[in-house]
Amino acid sequence: MSYIPGQPVTAVVQRIEIHKLRHGDNLILGFSIGGGIDQDPGQNPYSEDKTDKGIYVTRVSEGGPAEVAGLMIGDKIMQVNGWDMTMVTHDQARKRLTKKNEDIVRLLVTRKSLENAVRHSMLQ
Amino acid sequence: MDTESQYSGYSYKSSHSRSSRKPRDRRDRHRSKSRDGSRGDKSVTIQAPGEPLLDNESTRGDDRDDNWGETTTVVTGTSEHSVSHEDLTRITKDVEESAAPDCRRFLGPALSGALGLFAFLTPLAFLLLPQLLWRDQLDPCGTPCEGLYVSLAFKLLVLLIASWALFLRPPRATLPRIFVFRSLLMVLVFLFVASYWLFYGVRVLEPRERDYRGIVEYAASLVDALLFIQYLAIVLLEIRQIQPAFCLKVVRTTDGASKFYNIGHLSIQRAAVWILEHYYSDFPVYNPALLNLPKSILSKKMSGFKVYSLGEENSTNNSTGQSRAMIAAAARRRDNSHNEYYYEEAEMERRVRKRKARLVVAVEEAFTHIKRLQDEDQKNPREIMDPREAAQAIFASMARAMQKYLRTTRQQPYHSMESILQHLQFCITHDMTPKAFLERYLTPGPTVQYHRENTAGRQWTLVSEEPVTSALREGAVFALRRMDFSLVVTVRRIPFLQVREEFIDPKSHKFVMRLQSETSV
Repeated sequence: MSYIPGQPVTAVVQRIEIHKLRHGDNLILGFSIGGGIDQDPGQNPYSEDKTDKGIYVTRVSEGGPAEVAGLMIGDKIMQVNGWDMTMVTHDQARKRLTKKNEDIVRLLVTRKSLENAVRHSMLQ
Repeated sequence: MDTESQYSGYSYKSSHSRSSRKPRDRRDRHRSKSRDGSRGDKSVTIQAPGEPLLDNESTRGDDRDDNWGETTTVVTGTSEHSVSHEDLTRITKDVEESAAPDCRRFLGPALSGALGLFAFLTPLAFLLLPQLLWRDQLDPCGTPCEGLYVSLAFKLLVLLIASWALFLRPPRATLPRIFVFRSLLMVLVFLFVASYWLFYGVRVLEPRERDYRGIVEYAASLVDALLFIQYLAIVLLEIRQIQPAFCLKVVRTTDGASKFYNIGHLSIQRAAVWILEHYYSDFPVYNPALLNLPKSILSKKMSGFKVYSLGEENSTNNSTGQSRAMIAAAARRRDNSHNEYYYEEAEMERRVRKRKARLVVAVEEAFTHIKRLQDEDQKNPREIMDPREAAQAIFASMARAMQKYLRTTRQQPYHSMESILQHLQFCITHDMTPKAFLERYLTPGPTVQYHRENTAGRQWTLVSEEPVTSALREGAVFALRRMDFSLVVTVRRIPFLQVREEFIDPKSHKFVMRLQSETSV
């Protein structure tokens, strides 16, 4: 998941569709994010490359919409509804995920096991 | 061990630097040459204790048998190839220092003083001789002469005071070779004064010169020249070595105590004196009893090794091969002596700490028994004691603990009962706490603390591969040897420093928080 500046980032992604749950006045997704270009990447426990300033899933609440949809802890979110999440600030990421007029968010997430799986299948 | 301590009669840094006659220099050089043979100019005379391993070759080559298959030769571990560890635990004898102060120590300063005095009185002689000899024929010399008299007087006074301040000091050491700078200055002074006298004798005394003012100016110029020579002396003898240029590592051979010193440009012998002055106050005192591993550990190593040579071709190189094989085998053999060493050390440590605790408690308790007499107290005269009696009164309660502690730390040769009493008296007089009293015994102090009062001085031998009057240079190594240990000195140059500047705008100090927020969505 390291990147070379100027080169397009390639990753094996999984499409996850989360239906937001209405909880009182709020629409919640059921996970927590960390990271962003204005944050300190060295403290990210889930990233392989400690200079990676992407948005990572730090917590998935039990039984919530995210867990149901298949989101796992440690995933890196690459896109939300078509919006890029690899070079955004933390607040921008939060805003993209919590738009009040959207009920469904379609995420493209990547994790290490996906790459391994693809590699395995290519070898076989 | 070859212990030749050479006590030389050459004075080093002494009172007057501007003296010595040429004959004395020649005599010095001759004497130093005569001592050369025994020491060797270019050879290192540092010898290690213990016999060298491979010295005694066995002479079995001649009796070698031709049927080598049937004969076996046995060399046991106690043959001449073995290293006797007794050598390592040699007891050092306390050598008597020579009792009387050597008068040769003051020879140099005396000559320097004589030359200095001679140089000092010369301008006065220049002024007085015409007055005494042909007073009536002199041209009268009014105000300018009197002005010159005043300046002359003050310059002579400054010369006198400076000489007293700088050069009239008792010599610190005697050096093996002549002190180059000082003898240079003495020769210079002598030449100056001699040439002035020569000129004076030929041009003034002979024709009975009448221009007195010229004579006074001539005398004033001599005093100026002497002042400049004194300036040169200060620079060469005192100031040049102040700026540090070399870093010396001084290691004591017996227990590895080491220190680093910064020193300026000096010759090897002067550097040696400088180091020794610092040695006496920086290094902990050399205690031979603390050095060696206990016999119980070392003796295990020498449990007889039997080496069987099953017949090699030439037996003359055998001895070296055998010794090496023995050592290699001994090294490879699994030995647990390090274990024992560790436990022995721990046990020793524990013992020392226990004794120390007992000592501290005993001393603290002893000190509570006396207190200083306040004026308000009404005590009858029988109960009032002076420090000596007070010390004796409380000494008894701590004597045993003290003795046991000193014995455990092997310090008892350094502290006699009398010295402990005196120290106790001293501490009581100055209102010291028990801790201050014990400070002297709990840590081994520098050597100068135990210096017995003798004016003859300590004898050290300077061992060097280069001539000792040569200047220090990078990589030089020399040693200062005493009876039972030596100090090995390595010279290293202080690195050249490139100091650059960097300007930091005070407004440029700005900070941000390291964020790692987690938002739940």
